[in-house]
Parts: sequence; structure tokens; C-alpha cells
Amino acid sequence: MTAGALGFWRRTRAMLIKEFIQLRRDRVSFAMIVMIPIMQLVLFGYAINTTPRDLPTAVLVQETSDVGRSILAALKNTKYFAVVKHARDADEFDSLLKSGRVLFGIEIPVGFERALRRGETPALLIAADATDPMATAAALGALNGVVRSALAHDRAIPDSDPGTFEFRTHARYNPAAVSALNIVPGLVGTILTMTMLIFTALSVTRELERGTMESLLAMPITPIEIMFGKIIPYVIVGLVQASLIIGAGIVLFGVPVLGSMALLTALSTLFITANLSIGYSFSTVAQNQLQAVQMTFMFFLPNILLSGFMFPFAGMPGWAQVIGEALPLTHYIRIVRAIMLKGAMLDELHYDAGALAILMLVAMVIAVTRFRRTLD
Amino acid sequence: MNAPAPEIAIEVEGLTKSFNGRVVVRDLSMRVKRGEIYGFLGPNGSGKTTTIRMLCGLLTPDAGRGTCLGFDIRTEADKIKRRVGYMTQRFSLYQDLSVRENLEFVARLYGVADPVGAARAMVERLGLKGREEQLAGSLSGGWKQRLALGACTLPEPQLLLLDEPTAGVDPKARREFWNEIHALAGQGLTVLVSTHYMDEAERCHEIAYIAYGQLLTVGSVPEVIAGAHLVTYTVSGDDLGRIATELEACEGVDMVAPFGASLHVSGRDRDKLEAAMTPLRENRSLRIEPSEASLEDVFIDLMSRSRDNFQ
Ligand SMILES: Nc1ncnc2c1ncn2[C@@H]1O[C@H](COP(=O)(O)OP(=O)(O)OP(=O)(O)O)[C@@H](O)[C@H]1O
Ligand SMILES: [Mg+2]
Repeated sequence: MTAGALGFWRRTRAMLIKEFIQLRRDRVSFAMIVMIPIMQLVLFGYAINTTPRDLPTAVLVQETSDVGRSILAALKNTKYFAVVKHARDADEFDSLLKSGRVLFGIEIPVGFERALRRGETPALLIAADATDPMATAAALGALNGVVRSALAHDRAIPDSDPGTFEFRTHARYNPAAVSALNIVPGLVGTILTMTMLIFTALSVTRELERGTMESLLAMPITPIEIMFGKIIPYVIVGLVQASLIIGAGIVLFGVPVLGSMALLTALSTLFITANLSIGYSFSTVAQNQLQAVQMTFMFFLPNILLSGFMFPFAGMPGWAQVIGEALPLTHYIRIVRAIMLKGAMLDELHYDAGALAILMLVAMVIAVTRFRRTLD
Repeated sequence: MNAPAPEIAIEVEGLTKSFNGRVVVRDLSMRVKRGEIYGFLGPNGSGKTTTIRMLCGLLTPDAGRGTCLGFDIRTEADKIKRRVGYMTQRFSLYQDLSVRENLEFVARLYGVADPVGAARAMVERLGLKGREEQLAGSLSGGWKQRLALGACTLPEPQLLLLDEPTAGVDPKARREFWNEIHALAGQGLTVLVSTHYMDEAERCHEIAYIAYGQLLTVGSVPEVIAGAHLVTYTVSGDDLGRIATELEACEGVDMVAPFGASLHVSGRDRDKLEAAMTPLRENRSLRIEPSEASLEDVFIDLMSRSRDNFQ
């Protein structure tokens, strides 16, 4: 290690030891680490039902036929589905679902039309991503009637009375459509967002208001070192909190962790750090603690509403989705659902992981440039 | 790290600073020699704290230039911070950290080789043994000041900037504090200290008096007194209250101040003061003796004159 890096680490370490001691002494903050998860479990324990629109859907057409075209046309006419992708083969179809880019997959199998004309009852395969059961349940209910009535008007099928074909629905990843399976991953992210933001949003303004900033600024420490010193202790706090909630989810609700625990930990660390950096950047912009708290709540609200935690992301209008993409919680909820319920690996999550990293870096750059090194 | 060791610790010229359009420090120049205790005096709001903050890079001057320990105060604040201990006017260590934790924090931050050992040694030196684990916020005023001095001397700085380090401290603790400052200066440390106490000013090698942001006088205590050209008489006797009121109205009397059972009467113009005193000399019950102006007389005179000029 060079002398510069050594000094950097030495000063950062001095700062983070100090922050740790202060956190330990601060009973209110300590209570918050425990109280907030309990409060939110109660608040968000209720499922919130919504009727989604334009759910992204992939189709896998195994044969070209009139019936197939009719069904696709009918699908497109409904408000529920938006066919975003025609899969080339079963592998692509599967990976689209797994990565969460589509919530539905509709497969028209080989020989569907012929079987239909012969009066057999062929199956139309529907794969639904049930990790978000609120989003998919309503659409599934609608699908049956929509497709059936579309085919009834189709001349291509001479005798199309009800019961000519069946839907074979396969709710993937969360077959029983248990709400808790959806809520717990969302809750991990929401609770972490709330507590992480509050911890760092007050850190700089607190030093200013207590007058300790004057001493701190007179010492040879740089803004980056102060930032890391103030963020790192809370990464550990955040990880403890995350394991508490995930642990409770596994024990109380039987939420599985199908994917890698190491990957979940690594990406959770990234998410925690991103939120801490955002909170810290508020702290460098705010003039006092009150302002910092206000900014935190202004930021927290869209996180709750637009991240896909409360309302299905795919059902939101375009502008809301754009805002949602700029929020770390949106990406984290996708990551947690994918890892816990679908067993996804990093290469399926690189978009969301990358987005978290970018949001974190942007917040850090803002914080370091906005940090006032003088009392002017 | 080869620190240059010039004979001059602080040298600034034309420092100016204003807040919201109000000039708080105006065209201030000063030189502080290495190893010297330099007293910084002036009434409340005269710009002492502001000047000290500009010296250690906490405020950027609007105009002017200067060096601190040979480093430019505008561009080399980082190097200055490593070599300067700044004790703020308001206690600014962490109230929710113990004495030991505060000292260890400072030691770690400056890269002292053995932070735990250095903090322990400082606790002993400060006479805080037995209070290491007490939270800084719960210390009495005097102990807080000692801790703050300890924290800023711990990294072995070359220059100490002390902003009213003894405000609200009892006389015994104040004396010990000053003995400590002299001991540090004896080791080659330069000390710039602001104060409102005259006895402290008299313990400085050199003093500067600032009022309304302007440096009015600089020098050793005898130089400052001589430079004021004040003629002073001590008047003692009966009914001094009435006499004081009469004198204040006279031309040539610039200042009348009661001192115990006597009055200090001073003026800048000897002839006019003599004329004003003549009627008193006929009063046999009064004793009038020429005396030397005290530092306080000089400062109060400087202050009233500067008010005439700047307000
Ligand atoms: N950050 C600031 N913003 C606005 N005004 C300020 C600021 N800091 C100081 N001042 C003003 O500048 C003037 C000089 O303040 P300064 O603290 O330098 O005085 P001082 O000589 O240290 O006074 P005291 O003896 O009371 O400590 C005061 O009128 C004060 O109100
Ligand atoms: Mg002051």
C-alpha cells in the first residue's frame, strides 16, 4: 500500500470508529433499527390489490397458423397484455421470464390448430411469473374469457363452442401465489431504504448543528474520508437488519431462498451503500437537520409508490416507470425476488446491479462535490 | 515531510472578510514570530475568531494573502491543518464520546503512531486520570477547556491557535492553563491566543488589539502602553462619584474609570488634561498622583477612539 492509501485508510478508520461509538451511545437510533422493521411489517402486511394493465408478455409460437394469429390478435386487443417479444425458442422464452423482463409467457404448441379442428382439446400454455401475484392474478382471470370470445368470432374454426381447448396455466416460481412471498422481498428493500436514508441524512447536519464540524474541518481529513467513515458503519448495521428481515421471512412465512446467499448478500451490500450515499448526499445539501429529514421523506415516498413494492411496476404509466428506474428500491426488489424466488444468477441481474452501482456513484459524487470544506 | 522552518510563523497582509456585505475583518496584516506567545485582543464581534479561522483555512479571505508556517493560507490549507492545533471558542469535541475516545479519535486522525498510548499519556498530562471514561459533554467548563487543549496539542503541532481558551474558567485553572501554554512555547511552539483578560494579555510576548475588524495596535505590553501616549492620574479621596461625573464632562479628559477607592483619569493631550485637573488640585481632601496608564486604560481608550472613527 502506498503512503497515500495508508493515510486514507487511517483517517477513514478514525472516523468510522468514532461513528460506531456514537451509534452505540445513541439509544434512539438503536431502537430505530429494531422498531422500524416491526412497524413496517404491520403496516405493509396487508396485501394491496390492483388491476394491472399492459403486462409485458412474451409469446412462443411453435407453429404458424390462423388460430395462432387470431389468439395473438385477441391478446393484443386486451388492455392487460402487451406483447413485447416473440421468443425464438424455449430457452429464450425461459430466460425472458426468469430475468423478469416479462411477467407472462404464452406458448402455442406444435399441432395446436390441427388438434383444435379435429375436435381434440389441445392446451394453450400460459406461464405466469407469480412472484408478483397481485399483478398476474387479475390478468390470468381475464385471459380465459378474452381468448375464448376472440376465437368464437373466428371463421377459421368452424364449430367453436366452449370447451374446445384448455388453458394450461403454469404459475412459475411462486405456484401457490402466496402474498408473503412477494411482500417479504419488497419489505427488506423498503425497510433498508428508510433506515439507511435516515442514518446518513443526519450525519453532516448533526456535526454542523452540534458545532463539532469546526474542529473536524480544522483537522487534515478529506471529504471522501469523512464520507466513507460515516457510511461504512451503517453498511454493517444494514446487513444485520437485512438478515433479520430475511431470516424472519424464512422462519415465519417460509419464503425460500432458491438462489445464492452470497450473491444476495453482495447485492444487498450494494443496495445498502447506494441508499447510504443518497442519504449522505442529502446531508451535504441540507442546511439543517429538519431539511435533511424533509428531503429524506420526499425521496422515500416515490420509493414506496413507484418501485413495484406497492403497485405492480409493469402496470404503471410510462413516466412513473421512468422515475421508478431511477430509484434503488426498484432494482433491489427485482433482485431480491429473482434471487430468492427464482434462483437467478448474476448474469441475469447485471442490469439491475449495474443500475444500483450507477445510482450509488452519482450520489457519492454529489456528496463529495457539495461537501463544504470551509465555514464560509 | 520536510517542514520549512522560517523564523516567522504567521505572516498575513491585507486580509479582508465580509459576511452578507458587512466587512468583519478589514485589511488586516500581522506577523507572528516562531516560538512566541501572541495575544489577540479586542471587543466582542471585532473579528478575532474570523481572523483565526482564515489563518487555518476554515474561511477563505475575500482579499489579502499570507502564509502560515510558510504555507499559503489560500492554497495549502491541507498542509497547514496537519501542523496546526486549533482550539475553537465553543467546545467542539464530541460530547457523546468519552475523554479517552475523543483523544484517541484525534490521535488516529493525525496518524499518531500509538493512538491508545498517546491518548493515555495525554490524559495523565492533563490531570484527567480517573475521568477517562466520562463523556466529554458531562465535564465541567474548566475540564472541557483542558481536554480541548489536550486534543489540539496531542498531534504535536508547530502552531497553536487558541480562541478564548480560558473563557469562564476559574483563576487557578486559568493560571495552570497559562503555565502550560508557556511550557509549550518553551518547547518552540508558536501560540496565538485570543482573550478578553488583561492579566493574560500581560503574559504574552506580543499583543495585537483589533476593533471593528481593524488592527489598531501591535507590540509588547510596554510598547503598546507607551504608544498610546496616555497621561494618567490616580485620584483618591472622598465623594469620587460626583468628581467622576464632573471630570467626564471636561474637555481633555478622555477616560475616567473607578478602580477600587480611586479614579483613573486619563487623556491624550497633557496640557488639556492639566487644565481640567487644576480645579481639583484646590480640593485639599483629594490626593492626585501621576501614574502609568494600565493596559486596560489603553484598550478602552483605543476602543472609544475607534468607535468615533468607524461608526
Ligand atoms: N459565519 C458568519 N456569518 C455571518 N456573520 C458572521 C459569521 N461569523 C462571524 N460573523 C460576524 O462577524 C463579526 C465578527 O465575529 P467574530 O466571531 O470574528 O468576533 P470575535 O472577535 O471573535 O468576537 P467574540 O469576542 O465575541 O468572540 C460578528 O459581528 C459576527 O456576527
Ligand atoms: Mg470569537
